[in-house]
Amino acid sequence: MNLRRILALVKKDLKKTHREPAVLFLLLIFPVVLTFVFGLAFGGIGGGGTTSFDVGLLNLDATSPQADWSDAFTDNLTGSGVFVVQDFDDNVTGQEALLQGNLDAFIVIPEGFGDSVESYYGAPLDPSSWDNTTIGLYVDSGSLMAVSAVPPLVQQVLMKTIFGSEVMTVGLPIEIGSPALVASSTFTQWDFMAPGIFAFAAIFLTMIVAQSMTYERDEGLLKRLRTTPVSSADYMISQTLTYMIIAVIQVALVLASAFVIGYRPATGPAGIAFTFVIAIAFSLVAVGFGLIAASISKSAEVSTGVSFMFIMPQMFFGTFMPLGGATEIIGNFMPSKYITDALTTLFLRGAPVTTPVIWYDLAIVSVVGVLLVALGIYLFEKFGYR
Amino acid sequence: MSKSAISITNLTKRFDDITAVDNLSLEIGWGELFGILGPNGAGKSTVINILSTLLDPTDGSATIDDHDVVFDPDGVRDIIGVCPQKPAFYPHLTGEENITLMGEMHLVPKDVLKERVMTMVEKIGMEEHIKRRAKDYSGGMIRRVSTLMALVSDPKIALLDEPTVAMDPKSRRAVWDVIRELKELGKAIILTTHYMEEAAELCDRVAIIDEGKLVALGSPAELIEQNQVKNLEEVFLKLTGKKLREEV
Repeated sequence: MNLRRILALVKKDLKKTHREPAVLFLLLIFPVVLTFVFGLAFGGIGGGGTTSFDVGLLNLDATSPQADWSDAFTDNLTGSGVFVVQDFDDNVTGQEALLQGNLDAFIVIPEGFGDSVESYYGAPLDPSSWDNTTIGLYVDSGSLMAVSAVPPLVQQVLMKTIFGSEVMTVGLPIEIGSPALVASSTFTQWDFMAPGIFAFAAIFLTMIVAQSMTYERDEGLLKRLRTTPVSSADYMISQTLTYMIIAVIQVALVLASAFVIGYRPATGPAGIAFTFVIAIAFSLVAVGFGLIAASISKSAEVSTGVSFMFIMPQMFFGTFMPLGGATEIIGNFMPSKYITDALTTLFLRGAPVTTPVIWYDLAIVSVVGVLLVALGIYLFEKFGYR
Repeated sequence: MSKSAISITNLTKRFDDITAVDNLSLEIGWGELFGILGPNGAGKSTVINILSTLLDPTDGSATIDDHDVVFDPDGVRDIIGVCPQKPAFYPHLTGEENITLMGEMHLVPKDVLKERVMTMVEKIGMEEHIKRRAKDYSGGMIRRVSTLMALVSDPKIALLDEPTVAMDPKSRRAVWDVIRELKELGKAIILTTHYMEEAAELCDRVAIIDEGKLVALGSPAELIEQNQVKNLEEVFLKLTGKKLREEV
């Protein structure tokens, strides 16, 4: 193994990155474009500001003697800063507005709402004497954010209306910690997706590695190198090192692009440093898959298709696609899931870098990466030089 | 330094049921420019590939300066320079970068390498184009760069597989001059070519092989005299026949 040879080969490959337009696009421009497009499409601009929900309100208890309670509920909805309330005179118009996507939710305060609250205060310890009513809450099922955020927020406003802010804490030995519902509502969909972008960008390294290796093989370049004193180890290390460097550049570009569109991850310099480390580990995964794809591909063109066999599952099961059920089980086998998971913990949950789960994620990505590179080298040595 | 630069003994290479090289034995000395001639598919490139450590022989042996091509490939790679039949080069690199890269693989000291590259480039008349990307080169220019990629390490032994194909006469002469200089420096050179006048002009001795077998060995003049013909091309046609063949 010789450092000078390795560095000369790395230099050769890095030159390709910026001299070949297709490679330049896929490795460096694509992550930037991806970040901007997803950021803009999913609310990255202004990210970190307060998100509001357009809510329609039909108050059927407005004329009752206990209308003060429904008025208070309405005031609390408006005063929460989370809802932009629009009054409706009938249920049909409100439902239509919801169906047309003009509202995130439609709330119907039922007749007897005020009586219901008063009945509670009349006998707070005797549920059988309460006048029960139900608030109608219809949420835009086409909005993931509305479905997940609106019901608990409305619940919180209702609690405040009935008990007030202070009543909750007076005379009780146990306090309920204020859930971060309002804080959560400041997230946009982009905030949830951003951690996945890092893995998403790096996944495509697999295709470049496979194309590069098969091209060098087909054009006789590998044979030419094998007539020189350069060893297989020199060559493979140079490939791995090249794509580690590219992964670092990709992370820097994605971070910078995300920052430009207003993304502010809930982590400090240590978390950012960790992002680079796990991206480097993930580049091993990409190189490993690239070598495997090159080993079983007869030409550079075929390697592109074969690479997608490794890229697509990682993309759909391991980045920012919603998981659940069987999908989640499959996702556990995708190395990209662990980089996304670690970055979600850091960027979204604001966990410190000492959190064990992110080190567990890093360990998995690293071990899988090393094993894949080893398998890739073995397969390429055995079949790749055909 | 070994007595023979290259020693080939009973070398045989079979691919399934095809015998590409059949019991070939040759001794090539230092300072000798040795030509291997033969029709398409005769086994010329297979011999070069075995000597380059890219292929293992099925039978027999070959040594380069006493380094066995099978048992000591690293020793062989340290001292050879190979110009492959297909001029492998990195299209995104400039001609200069392609040549320099090969020097780096042989760990030629950086200052020596830079000077050597420029000297060689001048000799083959590529000064104006050497900083252009190789993907923009003509076929002849690529061949010239490919030849320099083989020679930039100042190898003790050069294996040149049809280095002058597709070159105009002027470029070919420039490459001939470079090859002659190597010979004068005492290097051993194996040259395969389809150009009989090239072999006659450059080679001290030539081997004509056909279907993997050695059919003639000697200096161009000796072969012409032995076969009582006017030139090497006629020797070639006489010994290998006039039937057209394609490489498999």
